[in-house]
This record gives sequence, structure tokens and C-alpha cells, in this order.
Amino acid sequence: MGLQAYIEKRKKDKELLVMAHVVCGYPSFSDNMKELEIMSATGVDIVELQFPFSEPSADGPLFVKANEESLKSGTTVDQCFDFMKQVSERFSFKVLMMGYYNTAFRMGEELFVKRIKEAGGSGYILPDLPVEESSNLHAISEREGIEPIILMTPTSSDKRLAKLGEASRGMVYAVARKGVTGSKTNMSDDVIQLVKRCRQHTSVPIGVGFGISSKADMDFLRGSADLAIVGTAALKIWEESREDGLTKFFEELMA
Amino acid sequence: MDIFDFSDGREGYYGEYGGVFLPEILHSTIEELLACFRECKADPKFWKDYVTLLQNYSGRPTPITHLENLSRQLGGAQIYVKRDDLNHTGSHKVNNVMGQGLLCQRLGKRRVIAETGAGQHGFATATMAAKFGYDCRIYMGAVDVARQRPNVFWMENLGAEVIAVEDGQKTLKDAVNEAMRDWVTNMADTHYILGTACGPHPFPEMVSWFQSIIGIEAREQMLKQVGRLPDRVYACVGGGSNAMGIFQGFFDDDNIELIGCEAGGHGVGSYMHSARLAYDDASVGVAQGYKTYFLQNDQGNMNETHSVAAGLDYIGINPIFSYLWEQGKVRFEAATDSEVKEALKLTMRTEGLIPALESTHGFVTAIKEAPSMRKDEIILINQSGRGDKDIFTIADALDDSKWKSFIGGKADQYRSEPD
Repeated sequence: MGLQAYIEKRKKDKELLVMAHVVCGYPSFSDNMKELEIMSATGVDIVELQFPFSEPSADGPLFVKANEESLKSGTTVDQCFDFMKQVSERFSFKVLMMGYYNTAFRMGEELFVKRIKEAGGSGYILPDLPVEESSNLHAISEREGIEPIILMTPTSSDKRLAKLGEASRGMVYAVARKGVTGSKTNMSDDVIQLVKRCRQHTSVPIGVGFGISSKADMDFLRGSADLAIVGTAALKIWEESREDGLTKFFEELMA
Repeated sequence: MDIFDFSDGREGYYGEYGGVFLPEILHSTIEELLACFRECKADPKFWKDYVTLLQNYSGRPTPITHLENLSRQLGGAQIYVKRDDLNHTGSHKVNNVMGQGLLCQRLGKRRVIAETGAGQHGFATATMAAKFGYDCRIYMGAVDVARQRPNVFWMENLGAEVIAVEDGQKTLKDAVNEAMRDWVTNMADTHYILGTACGPHPFPEMVSWFQSIIGIEAREQMLKQVGRLPDRVYACVGGGSNAMGIFQGFFDDDNIELIGCEAGGHGVGSYMHSARLAYDDASVGVAQGYKTYFLQNDQGNMNETHSVAAGLDYIGINPIFSYLWEQGKVRFEAATDSEVKEALKLTMRTEGLIPALESTHGFVTAIKEAPSMRKDEIILINQSGRGDKDIFTIADALDDSKWKSFIGGKADQYRSEPD
């Protein structure tokens, strides 16, 4: 089942889905697996596996540290794909590759898409790859049935959103605000307006990410977005209070 | 040749290098910057204002100096030096910064940010911000802050806020990442004054355009003062802005050889260097907003780099040079840390010039090659920065014992002062 069909099916039972995130190899792959077990048990719908990169310029401090520590402990791209395979075989949620374009560029776009497919992934998010540079990668992805997740932002003009909308497949990642991952977003009408604007230009489901950390944020997005994307907040909880904290965090979020 | 005359659909590309690889949130900011830059570049008054500003504020045109003693001692080509070290703030960095300061006025933004390695670009940016009345924040790797305190001192006293970046290797590339993070947050009122001809389009073109003033002057000065153009032109290459600056004066002369001198650090095979093109360790990648040769591993993660000169200690090279190297238009050589120290000593003793450690890389290669050239051949080196303000680094590099005891004494004096 494609990502869009999967999201639409899951939405029959709940109004707002959740997409979560782990940085591969941070704090360790075995910790990642424990986090993912909790995410699965609490009903997370999609998970992004971030492949660590040495120059994570779109990430905030906590993910910067996670990328750096993971690489320092020797995490490789091969390990990340192996892990993706284990995860996609073990859990029923959909899995996406998240990372920076150089990871794909270095191995070659053709191989990159094939390896995601072989590892059971549904798509990828490459925040530093603009749509202008994506035509070859998107063509390969289309052929292989792998979805490129397009980002739409509050600074995108309508003309730009139209262009992004044309390229969107599976789902769109709407960036709730300016800045990097991890800081608090003040959920306001601006976010609702952004989702409305995005919908005018795409028919795929829309996830809202950047700074989502609480049940209040979920309540706010319900009825507007299709998915809430939770990244830094979950890692922060894991660092503070491990299994117990993370279970409670996702249970509360889903309540 | 006009490398900036892009074909349709290839705007910002030099061969396969360059481009714009940035988060979507910055797309409109880059479009705005590009439109403003195109307007400035097409407006002769803008360039005129720029030149006037540099004349009155930074002492341009900087002279050309004939190094008669050194030329005689080496017994080969006649060596001339373009003295961009005589700029206000002590390096060519001020050219680009003043240009972007003027452009920032047209953009209508009132806050500027910059990354800095050695601190020269940060120093120049802080100076410009003070003059133009912009709020200013400088990102600098914590390692560089530790080795370049005098520049940090001046930046702070000029009113800039200096942020020591603790991520990654804590050097220039990490400062670039942190500046990017600031920019994606504050782009509405903030212009990012990128310091070298790297990063996403239009920065390589824009920085090269502002720095082209070096080559324009040098060409005229050589013709007027020496009566002919040089046979070879040497410049150090970190990101590559000073080299782009001087080389542009000679792009159309097929018989002039252009030589970029990278940081060889501990030498070939050491993996402790910043030579992207002169050594075989770099490969094509995409990072920090652009595609070029990077010192990276087979997974696409960046390798550690090293140079005695903080301003050359960087993973990538400007995309224009990747292209020109491939085309055989620019030759690349590397100078090791120890060669740089020797060349610096020689230049100081024979000529009374103190080039910055960065610029000294160009001297190393010129000094190596001059003896095998004829006496009527001419070498031009870009002395892009001055070394006297890097006294701490140079004293360390030369392992000067008297300096060490002076600093020890100073430290004792500070420690004994009541808080």
C-alpha cells in the first residue's frame, strides 16, 4: 500500500495520525529499537529514521548532537539501511528515510532509492534538496514506488506552493515555522492558515512538523492537519526518562 | 570568458558544480537576494559607490610591491606582490564585506550575521556593521576562538556579538552551519554575509564580483608600473575568494598561468590538510548549500581538516574553481605547514613583509617555482592578508621562546591583579 493510501486508511479510525523520529545509532541502535517498540505499542503511524550526517545545518541543537555522537560511535549508511530493514519487518508502521542529500548523492540516486525499497522503506525526506534539483531522483522514485516527501513552508509563495504541490507524492511535510528543528512553536492561526494554503496546492495528506511536543499541540492540529510530526520532543524525553517517560509521552499525546 | 554568463536552466552552475541546495524555507530569501544582486550588478552607480567607499575607507587601490631582494636571492623570476594586506582590517575580506554592506542597504535589512575562521572575515564584518549601523552577530568555531583571541577582542569591541560554536570540529565549517541555522530563523530582517566564494548561488558569483576589484587593479598596475602582465599569478585558496578576486583580472589572457595554493597541512597522505584539488583525497559532494569537491569519506560525511592557517582550514572549495581546475584553467598546488613557516621567515627577513599565514601559502609555491623561471619572467602573488595581527598564531608557529616568556609574564600580572 502506498503512503497516501496507508494514511487515508489509518485516518478512518483516528483523525490525527502521528509521525515520530529517531536518529539512527543515537544513543545506540538498541536504544532506537526500544524507542520504536514504544512508538509501535502506543500507535505511532509513521517513523522517520534519520541517517546521521556531519553537517546537519537544518537541525537544532539536540539533533545536531545526536548526529555528531552517532557518527562518532561509528554509525555507517549500511548499518542504517540494515536497521531500516529490521524495523520495517518488525513493525507495522510505515518507515521513511530522513537525512541530507549528500548521503544519497554519494551512493548514487539509483542505488539510494533501491536500497530504501529493499529495506522496506516507503519514502524519504531530504530537507536540503530543493525541487529544482530533484527531477532525476523523483523519476527513479516514481518508477520504484518510493515517495519523495516534499516540504512546504510559511515563506513559500503561492506560485512556489503550486510547484511543490505538483511534485508532492505520498504526503507533504508542512514546516510550522521558520528556524531549525526542536524549538517550541507557538501554535496559532498561522499554522492553520499554512495547512489551508498547502491544501490548495496538493491532494496528498499533510503532516505538520517543527516544535510539536504536547497534547495541546495535537488538539490544536486535529481537524486541520492529517499528521502531527514529533521529533525533538521525543528524543528529549528519552534522554531524561527512558522507557517510562517515552511511553507516558506518547500515551498522553495519543489520548 | 564570462563564467557568470549562465546558460538557460543552469543559473548558478559552473560545469556541474555550484547550485542551490538549501532548505525550502530559505527559497524566497535566496530569490530576494538574487534579484537584489542582479539589480546591483546591472547598476553602474552601485559599482562606482562601492569603489569610492573602498577608496575612502579602506585605502584602495592597494599597491603592487616588487620584491627585489627575494627575486635576486632566488635567482629566477621577478616577484611582485599585490598588497591587499594594506586594507583596513588587514585583509581582502573587507572588499566583499563592504560590497555586501551596500547591498544589504538595498535589501532593507538591519541585521547581519557571518561565519568566520581566522577571524578576518568576522573582523571585517563587525567593522562594516559598526559603520553602517547594523546589528551584528559572528559565528566562530570554539577552536578558532581559542586560537584567534585578538580578532575576537576587536569584533566584540566593534559592537558585534561573537558566538563560539561548540559543534562538530568547532572550526569554520561548523560556524557556517550555525550561521545557516540563524538565517533560516531570522531571514526576514537578517542578511547572511558569507565570507568566501562558496555556499549556494548567488554567493560564489557575488563574492567573486566584489573581490574582482583586486584583479582589476592588479592588471592596470602591472601594465602601468611594470610595463607588462605577469606570467604566473599565485594566490592561496581556502574557500577561494582572494584567488577568484585576483585571477579574474587575468582570465582572458591564455598565456598567464593561474596557480591556486591550498593548505597542505601535515602533507600528502596525512589526512590532516585542507587540499581539495592539489591532493587526491577530495570527491564531489553536496553540503553547506552547494556542490563541489569536499574532503569527505565514502559515506558522504566530512573528514577532519587541518591547516596552520585557520582561514584555509575548510572542507570545500568554491565551485568555480572545481570547474576551472577541470578545464585546466587554474593549476592547484599545496603548501605544508612547515613550508609556510619557512616561507614566512624568508619573506620577513628579505623584504620586511609579514603576510598572513593564509597568504603565505601562495608565497611557498611561488618561491618553489621562481628559481626555475627566467629572470625576465614575472610572478604576481596576492598578499591577501597581513600577518602582524596574527602575532599569537605566528609566534606559536615559529615557537618563539621570548614571546612565550612575555605571555607568561603577562599572565602572571593578570593573575596577581585583584578581581
